[in-house]
Amino acid sequence: MGSISLRNVKKSFGDVQIIPDISLDIKEGEFVVFVGPSGCGKSTLLRLIAGLEDTSSGTILLDGEDMTKAPPARRGLAMVFQSYALYPHMTVRDNIAFPLKMAKASKEEIDRKVEYAARTLNLSSYLDRRPRALSGGQRQRVAIGRAIVREPKAFLFDEPLSNLDAALRVNMRLEITELHQQLKTTMIYVTHDQVEAMTMADRIVVLNAGNVEQFGSPLDLYKKPANRFVAGFIGSPKMNFVDGPEAAKHNAHSIGVRPEHFLLSRENIPGTWKGTVGVAEQLGSDTFLHVHVDGLGLMTIRTDGDQTFSHGDDVYLTPDATRIYRFDAAGLAI
Amino acid sequence: MARNVSVQTKIGFTIAAWAIALLLFSPILWVVLTAFKTEAEAIANTPTFLPQNFTLENFGAVQDRSDYFKHAFNSIVVSVGSTLLGLLIGIPAAWAMAFAPTKRTKDVLMWMLSTKMMPAVGVLIPIYLIFRDLRLLDTLQGLTIIMTLINLPIIIWMLYTYFKEIPIDILEAARMDGAELYNEIVHVLIPMALPGIASTLLLNVILAWNEAFWTITLTSGRAGTLTAFISSFSSPQGLFLAKLSAASLLAIAPILLMGWFSQKQLVRGLTFGAVK
Ligand SMILES: Nc1ncnc2c1ncn2[C@@H]1O[C@H](COP(=O)(O)OP(=O)(O)OP(=O)(O)O)[C@@H](O)[C@H]1O
Ligand SMILES: [Mg+2]
Repeated sequence: MGSISLRNVKKSFGDVQIIPDISLDIKEGEFVVFVGPSGCGKSTLLRLIAGLEDTSSGTILLDGEDMTKAPPARRGLAMVFQSYALYPHMTVRDNIAFPLKMAKASKEEIDRKVEYAARTLNLSSYLDRRPRALSGGQRQRVAIGRAIVREPKAFLFDEPLSNLDAALRVNMRLEITELHQQLKTTMIYVTHDQVEAMTMADRIVVLNAGNVEQFGSPLDLYKKPANRFVAGFIGSPKMNFVDGPEAAKHNAHSIGVRPEHFLLSRENIPGTWKGTVGVAEQLGSDTFLHVHVDGLGLMTIRTDGDQTFSHGDDVYLTPDATRIYRFDAAGLAI
Repeated sequence: MARNVSVQTKIGFTIAAWAIALLLFSPILWVVLTAFKTEAEAIANTPTFLPQNFTLENFGAVQDRSDYFKHAFNSIVVSVGSTLLGLLIGIPAAWAMAFAPTKRTKDVLMWMLSTKMMPAVGVLIPIYLIFRDLRLLDTLQGLTIIMTLINLPIIIWMLYTYFKEIPIDILEAARMDGAELYNEIVHVLIPMALPGIASTLLLNVILAWNEAFWTITLTSGRAGTLTAFISSFSSPQGLFLAKLSAASLLAIAPILLMGWFSQKQLVRGLTFGAVK
């Protein structure tokens, strides 16, 4: 239970085409993350799957069954919204019980499942409160509780953590991952935070302007990006790109080197790139050096926390030859 | 509040507010006082302020000539009935306009409002004829229907403005939770919009209660409401001034009391959701 397939799905709002043509197969039990820049159509794609938007053309299959025209209530999916979208006039208990009431579950079943969800999500002592009397993290837990009680075919999350502070985000990220391991239900998770994408996903869909740039496991995307867009989007800090003669030396239109794939030295070794350190960002465990390289522009270098370079120092960079990414004129990986 | 308002300004505003309120209230006050005067005193050349011979006979006379309770009953049936019927139609209509708008939604809203710009007398003859042919003249059903129709644009507009303030996410969450349209409206939209719906209800009861044009033209003895009841006491000779006042007082008393007890809701309703 819980496979989702899109076949040539297209979506336009009026004359504006948002999703030109997407086909995707999401396997049962998979944790799939949609990432991409703001406005690329992540939410739209999720809402098409949910049934909250109608497709302009194409087919959506849930467990092999054509659900393209089915209303959201009949699709058996659960969704967690960025705004939490709790029912403000109901207590936490009634919020969590609502999907069960809609499914006409018996009173005993409702009580049992609500108690269980509340215990799993540490909400037991808040059951009689209204959402307005809860913190952001607690509200998000209620939204998740409301989603799990009905045992849906799949969970859809639209940037569920973006309203939380950094520490809580890390916590909730772990909780959601744990929940997935426990329930083994298909999950689709939309985010523009690539750390969330890398850490949570079984597979990642990278979207750009409504197109799938690449669909693969996090490490696949990191090691074998299909094109320059994915190479630049996955990985933090971003990959450094070089065009022109330096790239031509590698028989490519442009090349990319990740910040972590450089050797640094103070000695002028022939064949290295010479630069001057601009800003050195100390993170403790790592240091990010922003280096002005002669003729190539600004590059970000990741090095260990104990290094001694500082503003104004000369530095000689050697890119790791085995980890240079090569791209053709169209931006595709060679 | 830490705003810098001088004492003089405060006193000035207070006096102005009271003056305006008294000015607006003075006709009602006059009616109240006249209702307890004798007819002779009511039309005396040098008017008195307080009744010199306090009397309740006007109320008795009014009840003798025309059945107050029957008219009051009709008023309640028509104003409450037409408002409930209006909400029954208006809630789904406003839902569609607020949450599933199309390119034409704004036009439809404007068109509905524009029907209120036409003088009612403009459609008097067609409506009268339709009512005559459908045998709806002088019936409570007919009056309720016409009252629903004339207030529907206001009901839909008010509900629309309230519904617009409800985040659509919450309705979408309900859909994801398995709620079909009926459950979405009954279990989520209506409870969330309850203050707005209550204001709409109150305002429309008042509008229907005070409506006179259609009531007087479409009813005679049987289905007349309190506005018809008052008008039956107006006479060119003016000999019934005290009785007319007594009748008016009786007619407005219930709605005045209701308005008094629901002031807060009403203010919200009249500001069309502008104040939160
Ligand atoms: N109802 C709508 N009508 C018209 N255009 C819309 C509608 N919904 C979304 N769009 C447009 O579709 C595009 C994709 O929107 P979408 O919300 O899917 O982006 P997103 O990838 O989720 O972005 P974000 O990361 O900012 O949430 C945007 O350009 C947006 O303006
Ligand atoms: Mg979005």
